[in-house]
Amino acid sequence: MHELQITESILNIVLRHAAGQDVAKIVRIHLRVGELSDLADEWIQHYFAYLSRGTLAQDAELAITRAPIVLRCAACGRSFEPGKDRLGEAKCPVCAGTRLELVSGRGYFIENMEVV
Amino acid sequence: MSDPVRLIEVREAIHADNARVAQELRQRLAEKKTFLLNLMSGPGAGKTRTILRTIDELRDRFRFGVLEADIDSTVDAELIAARGISAVQLRTGGFCHLDASMVAKGLDALDLDALDVVIIENVGNLVCPAEFDTGAIRSVMILSVPEGDDKPLKYPLMFTVSDVLLVNKVDYLALSDFDGEALRQRVLKLNPRIQIFDISAKTGQGVEAWAAWLSREVRSFIGG
Repeated sequence: MHELQITESILNIVLRHAAGQDVAKIVRIHLRVGELSDLADEWIQHYFAYLSRGTLAQDAELAITRAPIVLRCAACGRSFEPGKDRLGEAKCPVCAGTRLELVSGRGYFIENMEVV
Repeated sequence: MSDPVRLIEVREAIHADNARVAQELRQRLAEKKTFLLNLMSGPGAGKTRTILRTIDELRDRFRFGVLEADIDSTVDAELIAARGISAVQLRTGGFCHLDASMVAKGLDALDLDALDVVIIENVGNLVCPAEFDTGAIRSVMILSVPEGDDKPLKYPLMFTVSDVLLVNKVDYLALSDFDGEALRQRVLKLNPRIQIFDISAKTGQGVEAWAAWLSREVRSFIGG
């Protein structure tokens, strides 16, 4: 359900970046979303279509790339990607350590946008 | 002929606005010497009862207030106000979580000069509240025994953003196949720094150790 608020933030940010750049239309927005974030892509696109009506971003496509979950072993320092489904059983592929730290895989980031 | 497509670099985190409001809120809390605790869990894990137990344990040391978030009711706030504790009800109007500006607005309704600790009872939900920084100094989550020891596998984010995990309703352990050690292993893999306390908000078991942790955190934040 938090998709609605996130979508609103996306719209506000891209409109702010488009202002003063002689933009007729925003065509595509590239987003990077951490795999740990529970986000339903189709809902974001759906909400975006609704919220962006009548703005420069109307009909823009949201291109979403998933950023993998990366863990680092506290014992040997090795970073690795356990995959979301294996997170609970994760251990270091080098030393089998289980004291792990989350390096990345959270959050939402707007990379860039294609405009005309 | 159509116009050529240009690329505009944005490179901005979507939660940047919320992160800034949260940071300003923490600044305000430091000036007011008020400790803000964000309490999260799924529905029915025992948030309200845990808050009441915790306040009972510490009310001779600190002055407490409570910020209640509910999608659309005031029952929890009434329960807390009935004990003579300052409580503010935030109706989120369908929103599944609290963000920093909602919390800041709620705190405006409390007299922070007269309070040492404010506890946020976040919306009952293991997913959305984990995504938003509320501006709290510490975040605590509750998992209750009847919910099962597999929840870290299903809702990993909540476990990674919490400073403390309270395993509540341990008085149900005898009736269930809940594996406390398996839970601990799963949680520590997601978050090696998390503190885990077994409690029963109903019987009071284990509440003292959790309250002692909270008391230390509050003292180091507000001084004295």
